[in-house]
Parts: sequence; structure tokens; C-alpha cells
Amino acid sequence: MTPRRSRGRRLVLVAAAFLAVALAGCSEELKNNKQNSLQPKGPAAEKINNLFVPVTAIAIFIGIAILVAVVVLAIRFRYRPGKNENPKQIHGNTKLEIGWTILPALILAVIAVPTVSTIFDLAKDPGPQALNVVVEGKQWWWQFSYPDQKVVTADELVIPAGRPVKVHLTACNGTGAAKVCNVIHSFWVPELNGKKDVVPGHDNWTTIEADNPGTYLGQCAEYCGLSHANMRFRVIAKSKDDFAQWVSDQQQGPAVPLLGPDGKPAGDAQDLVVNTFACTNCHILDDSSKAAYGPNLTHLASRSTFASGTYPLTRDNLIKWVMNAPSMIPMESQGCRLPPGEKPCVGMPSFTENTPKGLPSMTRTQAEQIADYLLELK
Amino acid sequence: MSTVDTTHDTPGNDGPGPDSPGATPARLTPGDVVPVDPGHGGDDSHTGVANAKLAMWLFLSSDCLFFGAFIATYLLYRDRGGQTGPTPKDVFSIPFTSVTSFILLMSSLAMVLALAAIQRGDYRRFRIWLLATALFGAVFIGGQIYEFTEFTRKGLNVSTNLFGSSFFVLTGLHGAHVTVGIVWLMSLWGMSMQGRLTQGDAERVEVAGLYWHFVDIVWIVIFTVIYLLPQP
Amino acid sequence: MTTVTRSLPKTSTPAVPLRRPKATTGFWSWFTTVDHKKIGIMYGAAALFFFVVAGVEALLIRLQLAGPNGTVLTASQYNTMFTMHGTTMVFFVGMPMAVAFGNYFVPLQIGARDVAFPRINAFGFWVIAAGGIFMYSSFLLGGAPNGGWFGYTPLTSTPIAGGALPGHGPDFWAVGLVMLGIGSTTSAINFIVTILNMRAPGMTLMRMPVFTWMMLIVAFLTVFAIPPLTAALIMVFFDRNFDTLFFVAAKGGDPLLYQHLFWIFGHPEVYILILPGMGIVSEVLPVFSRKPLFGYSVVIFSGIAIGFLGWGVWAHHMFATGLGPVTITAFGLATMLIAIPTGVKIFNWLGTVYGGAVKLTTAMLFSLGFVAMFTLGGLSGVMHSVVPADTQQTDTYFVVAHFHYVLFGGLVFAIFSGFYFWWPKIFGHFLDERLGKINFWVMLVGFNVTFFPMHILGLTGMPRRTYRYPAGYGWTGLNQIVSVGGFLVALATLIFVVNVIFSAVKRKPAGGDPWDGRSLEWSIPSPPPSYNFAQTPIVMARDDWWHHKYTEDAEGRLVALPTGGSDDDSPSAAIAKVNAHASEADGRGIHLPSPSFYPLLVAAGLPFLGYAAVYQDIYYLIPGLFLLLFGIYAWGLEPGTEEH
Repeated sequence: MTPRRSRGRRLVLVAAAFLAVALAGCSEELKNNKQNSLQPKGPAAEKINNLFVPVTAIAIFIGIAILVAVVVLAIRFRYRPGKNENPKQIHGNTKLEIGWTILPALILAVIAVPTVSTIFDLAKDPGPQALNVVVEGKQWWWQFSYPDQKVVTADELVIPAGRPVKVHLTACNGTGAAKVCNVIHSFWVPELNGKKDVVPGHDNWTTIEADNPGTYLGQCAEYCGLSHANMRFRVIAKSKDDFAQWVSDQQQGPAVPLLGPDGKPAGDAQDLVVNTFACTNCHILDDSSKAAYGPNLTHLASRSTFASGTYPLTRDNLIKWVMNAPSMIPMESQGCRLPPGEKPCVGMPSFTENTPKGLPSMTRTQAEQIADYLLELK
Repeated sequence: MSTVDTTHDTPGNDGPGPDSPGATPARLTPGDVVPVDPGHGGDDSHTGVANAKLAMWLFLSSDCLFFGAFIATYLLYRDRGGQTGPTPKDVFSIPFTSVTSFILLMSSLAMVLALAAIQRGDYRRFRIWLLATALFGAVFIGGQIYEFTEFTRKGLNVSTNLFGSSFFVLTGLHGAHVTVGIVWLMSLWGMSMQGRLTQGDAERVEVAGLYWHFVDIVWIVIFTVIYLLPQP
Repeated sequence: MTTVTRSLPKTSTPAVPLRRPKATTGFWSWFTTVDHKKIGIMYGAAALFFFVVAGVEALLIRLQLAGPNGTVLTASQYNTMFTMHGTTMVFFVGMPMAVAFGNYFVPLQIGARDVAFPRINAFGFWVIAAGGIFMYSSFLLGGAPNGGWFGYTPLTSTPIAGGALPGHGPDFWAVGLVMLGIGSTTSAINFIVTILNMRAPGMTLMRMPVFTWMMLIVAFLTVFAIPPLTAALIMVFFDRNFDTLFFVAAKGGDPLLYQHLFWIFGHPEVYILILPGMGIVSEVLPVFSRKPLFGYSVVIFSGIAIGFLGWGVWAHHMFATGLGPVTITAFGLATMLIAIPTGVKIFNWLGTVYGGAVKLTTAMLFSLGFVAMFTLGGLSGVMHSVVPADTQQTDTYFVVAHFHYVLFGGLVFAIFSGFYFWWPKIFGHFLDERLGKINFWVMLVGFNVTFFPMHILGLTGMPRRTYRYPAGYGWTGLNQIVSVGGFLVALATLIFVVNVIFSAVKRKPAGGDPWDGRSLEWSIPSPPPSYNFAQTPIVMARDDWWHHKYTEDAEGRLVALPTGGSDDDSPSAAIAKVNAHASEADGRGIHLPSPSFYPLLVAAGLPFLGYAAVYQDIYYLIPGLFLLLFGIYAWGLEPGTEEH
């Protein structure tokens, strides 16, 4: 049996381990990572945090109390031959049992009341003043459409600050025989609200609102297959005027036309996009009001990230992407075709290996041409 | 010599009751057999239900939840809007299914008679009623097969709509249970023919009977819930 | 209880297809054994093996996540790793390990010679072993399960052609788990019948040891929880392979149906996992405090309450799925409610230690560790029951921290406590105490270093099941700490393995009652003779064995009875004396159930059927059906115990 001192030393080691961990968690980078639920930046997240903090405090208090109790009891009542070899055989104590049943029940009751009221508060419909946004979860990116403004974008959800946004979550599109559904995803912007799952066939919705303009990061929070980890997005809150300007910019046609008045591609890059590599099978580059299989690229260059928010929108990244997207984000798109023939496209195919059937490989020059064209689509 | 207890398939529990006066010798050596006092020693430490029977009851309660999950699924999906393809009204023939259900019900009666027969040692009647049970069960299965092919002909299969998926899987699993039961009953019949099933083995038949009645009861629930309850 | 004798007609000879094995010792006897003790050891060895396998999977995960944008594993490999880690730990470690202890000790604790159905007992083990081999064979057959350990639809149920999850992984997963369900259910039925029907005279339910009680509750939970899982898995398999529409949203199917069915299984499942651990701790703490369990009845009734209430909380795994405020309120409150009986147990365990004479053996350290770590996990569980907070915590590393605190800090610690406590009984020699203590401390520190930072990672936005994370979020440092902790846990496990080997070599012999135990397993030699009890014990009280050794004075203090109990003439004492000194040879007159091939044979048929299902190939179906039918028939015709 170990002597008291070395056991005490061991306990200090354990406590030190805890402390090290706690300290490592307090870095500035962590606190300000823009995806931090402990840094609420909107009314919903604040309400949740206001519930979370006191409950956590109670939990930490009880946790430490039990930890201390275990240690103290083990040391205080240790076996001392000749002194307490045959201790009193206590079988129970009804009063204590009642007491320590009622006490936790009371604590839980105290926690339950604000919990229930917050549940109903957060479930309230935000009303007619809310902006409506339809979020569609795909594998592995987010489509955002504004039904009232007739704008369809991807990856970056632009909203007006200080105004509630009703987020309609869907994993399906089309109706009747043409209805197509994806898998379950989860829409999560920790600094603005808790998460809500995107369930095929269900009309889930949630509300987000940002107190102030800024960028708030989000991520898919329900395992959805290969690139679940890469299914990120960001919410960009703008002031009322800036938002109106943004909407108006998005509602314009493309900065550079895709097709000329004769219906043929308006330039070499556009020819590559329409004819050579059939990008338009999945993407729309000249109409920001429509959704397609892949992200709407009409105003791609107005965004700062792409590929579901995993890469900054730079020329080099775009070149690499159009040539060999699966090398940047793993996807299930080897040799795929849209409309689905032998193999459906889950993600974007590569044009350097396992290219879709019937399409040529892409050279670097071609990729540069396409990237430059895309960067003009402001 | 401890008794060989094959029905229970366990080593004999040969301890005495807590107060069997004068039953225990002052010094015991291992291997000594202390006589069992049937009045005592069992009440607090035994349910009174034989092991195999208790096990079957537990298995059947487990199977209840299994069917319950599929029945709940059927009920959930029956009323789902937007389904195309044949509906229950389009394919069900209540008269036909009533007849096959009745036959299955009668098979349970035959099973009861079979058990009664072997319990009183009437092996000939036992085999007849056992055969009748299996036969009725087989007729039921035949009816199911006919029904399934009819439905398929009318355009309903597992992939047609939710009704098709949940109907065929539920009734298919039930049919599989009935089939296993028929095989079991025929095995008992075969054993009886070889003289290997005697009055002392009545419990084995009872356990099979429990299974058979359960399968029948599940069908009554399915028939009621799926066929008889009003369609929207 | 009346015993029924079977009388064979003298004329017929039983036609036995295979000559019955007779050996009860030797290597090959393990394949045909029906002895609950040997089966328990096999369960334990298998579970320990899978613990190491799943641990390696965890280490690979931690290597991948040790730095941002890791490249140790591809996304596909990583997704398989976390799926198999979870599936293995829950189904091939947690459940079988509980059954291992239950198999070995429940018959001993109730004074029985074996379980109600020894061959079915063996069958249960071989099925689980076959299921594990079947599922892991998928690694070599083009893709292991990769849909997460709970396999949500439509990700897993989309047909292969749909591209959601390519390969046969989900098929192996579904079929493998159906196999496992068969093994678990048969095992559970066996336990219930054994405990309800085969207790020694005088062993009323309220005199049973807590571990046996917990195994009874767990067995009932298993019997009722596995069927909804089986149903859900069948639906997934059919959607994937036969184009049924159960979870096809485009045709009106509902992916949430799967979640409901899965969690109706899944929540009772976590109680199936933890209650045996609570049972072990309830045995260890009294022995090493030299005091009875504080509030025995309350602990039992709390266990029963948890068993019942556990059926009413399943949707707390679905708080973010859009069930509506009324539903989530109901389940949130139910979840808070279940914290009460759980908390009561914690207090009772502390009350057991209070005022005792505590011996800090390794077993005791692990049990105390359980009390502390499980409490922390329970507290983070209460935090999850606060539904709005849960919407931030679920599906992040916070919930990963929560369930590892209750399952590792809880169950695994209890399992190790059980190892150190019961090893001398099973093998006749101690596990080394010094190595044991090092084992404990390294595991305690390593466990906390691994899982405590995960609370912070989750709250600061890191979702779970992500094969990589970017730099710049502040997660790198914490992940590095977590990864280091993972290797500490691995080190602790290695120390345990070393201890096992070292102790087997050193062979410090243990008598029948090395710890001054309380329950019946300590009243027989170590290791027990094959027949367990020379004479079936007569039970006069709870903690019956303890009462043969001690009584209480007027103030309730312990008074040791004279050794040999020479002043006790009761039949109970006489039997106890005989049992304590009986050797293998003394069991000459006792007939035990005979070994059999058929449990193994029937179990061997199942993987064939499994491959037939996954590949829809009749070439597998035929041998599988043959083994199954032949095995079942021959088994049915074979008597439980051969006449000599």
C-alpha cells in the first residue's frame, strides 16, 4: 500500500495534467476562431450561452465535490491494522437516501425551468420581418438561395446584421418523379445558434441573427460521407445598406457573358466551359436566379472562398481545382457523368485522371484560361 | 446417482431446502446426494416455470418488439401522402385473406389438440394433429404466396411505393416465421415416427406450441392492422 | 422443482451424426466446451483482443488528428477507422466483456453449477466471434464499414449505385450486427432463465449480489432492445440491396424512422453497457471497505428504475433533428429524470467507503476511479439534457468527451477493476499489484489527458467525425495533447498485458478467498473445480459467504467468527466447509453437461449466410444453410448430458 505522500504526489500530477489542458485551451486563436459557441454573437446563441454557463458552473462544482470526496474518503478511511480492521457494518440510512434523492431532483428542477422556456423561446417563428433563406445540403457543399430576392449562391451565406433570418433547411430538390434527395447534414454556425439537422423529406428550419456585421464560420455537423470534414461555410453579416447593395449586385447578370447573342460561347474560355469540358452540365455561370447540380458560379468572384469554404479564392487554387478537384477535396467522382449514366457525380470530377467518359484531359493552359474567366465573374 | 435431466439440459440441482428436518447428515462429503424436498427449496429461488418454457416466453417477447417495429413502420408509412402506385384498396382481397387467416387460426386449434394428445400418451392422435397443424400452416403460406404473386401482377412490389416496401417486408418476415414453425413441427412429427418423442417429452411440444401460437397471434394483429383497419 | 427424467425406449439407438466429444481438458476441448467458466474466459479473451484492435484504430485516428490537415490517413480510411472503432468497442468489447464476467460469475454467485442452457451459451460466444471475424473480413474484401457506428440513413441505405457510401462496408456492418444480435439475445435469455430458475435454495432475489442483479436487468434490456435494432438493420440492408423505400425521402420514406428505431435500441444499449460495470463496482467497493454496500435495496431499485426509464429517453440523441419543442421538452425532462437514480448510486457507493477500512488494491483503485470518472461523464450528460445547450454540443467533440467519460472512465475502469478483483479466482494466481497500480495511474492520467480537452474542442466549434481540421482555429494544441493522451492509454493497456504475462509466469498463488470476499464465488477453491459447488449451498442471508465468517456485535461492529465455524452446525455451514475444500476429483459423482460440436457448427454457418447476403451469391447460401440446419437438427437430437 502506497504511503500517503507519494499518493498525494500522484494526485498533484493528475491535477497538473488537468491544468495544463485547461490553460492550453485558453489561447486567443481558439477564442477568436469565429466558430466558438462560447462567443455568442447573436440573440439565439446568447440565450443558449446564458443557460449553458450556470449549468456548467453547477456541474463543475458538483464534479469537483465528488472528486474531492472520493480522494478524501479513500485516504481518511484507509485500513489501519489494529485500529479499524472491523468497521461498523452500516447497511444504509433511509433519511440520507431520501435526502440525496431529493437534492439532485431539486437541482434538476431548477435547471429544467429555464431550459424549457428557452426551448420554446428558440422555437418561435421569427415573424414576417425575417429574411427567408433556403439552405440545401449537398455532398459536400452548401447551396444558399434567397427565394424572395431570386438569388442562388453557394458557400457564403450573406445576411443583413441585426435582422432575424429564417433558414429553411432542405436536402431535396425537385418534385414528384423528379425529386432527388441527398443525405442528412447539419447546419451549424456556433456563434449565432445551435445546430439544426438537414433531413431529407423534412421541412426543418432555424433562425439565425447576427448582432453586428462580421464573418461567422459554420460547418456541417452530421457525418455525411467522404468529405464531411470539408463541408464548411461562412455567414457574412452586412449592414442594412451593404446587404441591399449585395443583393442588387447578385441579381445582375454575369459580369462577363457566357454565350453571345448567337447562342454560342462568347469567348475561348467560355468555349472550354460549355463545349470542351461540359462544365455547364453541372454549373450555371450566367444566371444567378437558378440552381443547378453544382454551385451557381455566376458571381463566383464576389466570394472570398470556394470549394465549400475550404480554400481561399485565389488564381492558383482555382487552376488546381478545375484541373483536379478531387486532389484538393476527396470526392466520389471518378469517371462520373451528369446526367447520371453509369456513375453519378458525387462531387466534381477530375480532368487529369479518371476523367468523365467522353471528355478530354485538361491542360494547364486551359485551366488557366478557365480560372481567369471565373475570376472575372464578380 | 443424480438424475439425468435432459429436458432442462442442466446439471441437476440437488441441494436440500433450507429447513428439511433430519434430511442432512451431520458430515457431508462431496458427491453425497441430499434428497430434494420438493415442497421447499424451490419457492424463493425458482419461478416454477420450466427453463425451456421460460426461455421461449422470453424469446417470444423479444420477437414481439421485432414485429412491433415493422408494424409501426407500416402504420407510419401507410398514410404518407404523395405515394403513387397501387394502394391497399387496389390490391387487397379481404375475403381471400380472411379465409387464409381462419385456416391459420384453426392450425392453432390443431396444435392444442396435438399437445393434449401427447400429454395423455396418445401418440397416433398426436401425430395426426401435428400434421394437421403443419398442413394448415402450409396452406396459409400457399395463400400468402398466391397473394404476393397477385399483388406483383397488379403492379405492387417492394420498390413500387412505401406501402409495397413495408407490406412485403412485414408479411414476408411473418411468413418466414411460419415456415420455420412448419419445419419445426415436421421435425417433431419425424421424431415421433421414430419413437423418439414420448409422453415425457410433452414439454418440447408445448414449447413448439407456444411458438406456433405466437406466430398465429402476430398474424391476427397484422391482419387487423393492415387489412381490416379502415384505409384513409 | 421437479426434475423430469427422460426414458429412452430400449429398442432404438439414438442416431448421432457426429461422435460426441468427451474431452473437457486440453486445447481442442475449448472448441466444444459448454462449461460457463471456459466460455467466460473465451468471451473475455475475445473482448480483450478486440479492445486492442479498436484501440489501434483509435491511435490511428489520433495520429491523423495530431496536426492540422493531417495526411496519415485518407478521408476514406479515417471514416472507416472511426466507424470500426465505435462499432468494435460497443459490440465486440463492451457487451462481450460484460457477458464474460457474467458467464463466469453469475452461476457462481447464485450457487449454480452452470447456466440453464450450456450449449446455447457456447453458441452465443461462437456467434459473436464469427460476427467479429465476418465484419473484420470486410477490410480484405473491398471495404470495411464506413457509415459511423450508428449508421444513419440515407447515407448507409442508399444503394451502392447511388454513390453516397461506396463499397460493401454498410452491408457488412448491417449483416454483422444482425449476427451479433442473435448471439446477444440468446445469451441474454440464458442469463434470465439461469438467474430466475437456478438460484441455490434460500437465495431470494433480494439476497443476490448486485453484480448478478445488474446482469439480470441487462439481460432483460438486451432481449427487448436488440429487436428494434435488427428491424432497422434489415430495413437498411433491404433499401441498399433490394430497392425498398424505407428511407428513400424522394418517395416519402423517412430517414428519421431509422434514427428512432436505432436509438430505441441505442439508449437501452448504453445502459446494457454500463450496468454490468456498476455491478462490478458494487462488488469491489464493499469488499475493500470491509463494509456492506450502503443501501443495497436502493442500489437495486435504482438499477431497475434506470432499466425502465432508459426506454423513455431515446430521442435525446435526436435533439437537433427538428422534432419540435414539445417532443424535445418531454425527452429533455425524461433525461434529467434518469440522472436521479444514477446520482443516488454514486452517493451509495461513497456511503459504502465512508467509515470503512479501505484497502487500496488495484481493483479498489479502479472502482474508485470509476466513481469519480463516471460522475464527470454523468455531469456532462446532464449538460446535454439541457436541450438548447445540447444543440451546440451534440455532434461535436463535447459529446465524444461525454460518452468516453462514461464508457471508458466508467465501463472500462470497472472492467479493469473486475480483472484485478476476479483474476485470482479465475486463474488461481494474482495479477501483480505493483504493476497493477502503475497500470491504474497511467490509465487514469492518460484517459483524462485524452478526453478532457475534447470538452473544450467541442465547445469551441470542432465537429466530430472529421478526418481533418484546418490550422488557425486554435484546435491544434489541444488535439496534440489529446493524441499524446491516447498513447498514454495505449501504454497503460500494454502494462496490463505485461502484467498478465508476468503474473502467469510468477504465479503468486491465491486461495479460495484472497480478498476476504462476501459472495459465494469466494467460498470455493481458486480456480473453481469444474462442477463449482460440491454441494449446492444453502443461502441464509445476503452476502452469505461473509456471514459464515463474521457477525455483528450490538453496535454493528464486525466480529470474526472462529475459523472453521466449529460452533456452527447448520447444514448451510457444513456445505460451505465442504465446498471450500473440494477438489476436482471430489466431483466424481456429479454429472455436468457434456461438451458438444454443434454450437460451433451452427455458429460457423452464419458467416456463410452473411456472405450470401452481402454478395447475393447462392454459392455461400448452400454451405451456410447446410451447416445451420444440420447443426440445429443434430443439436436437437443430442441430449444435454450424456449418460455414462
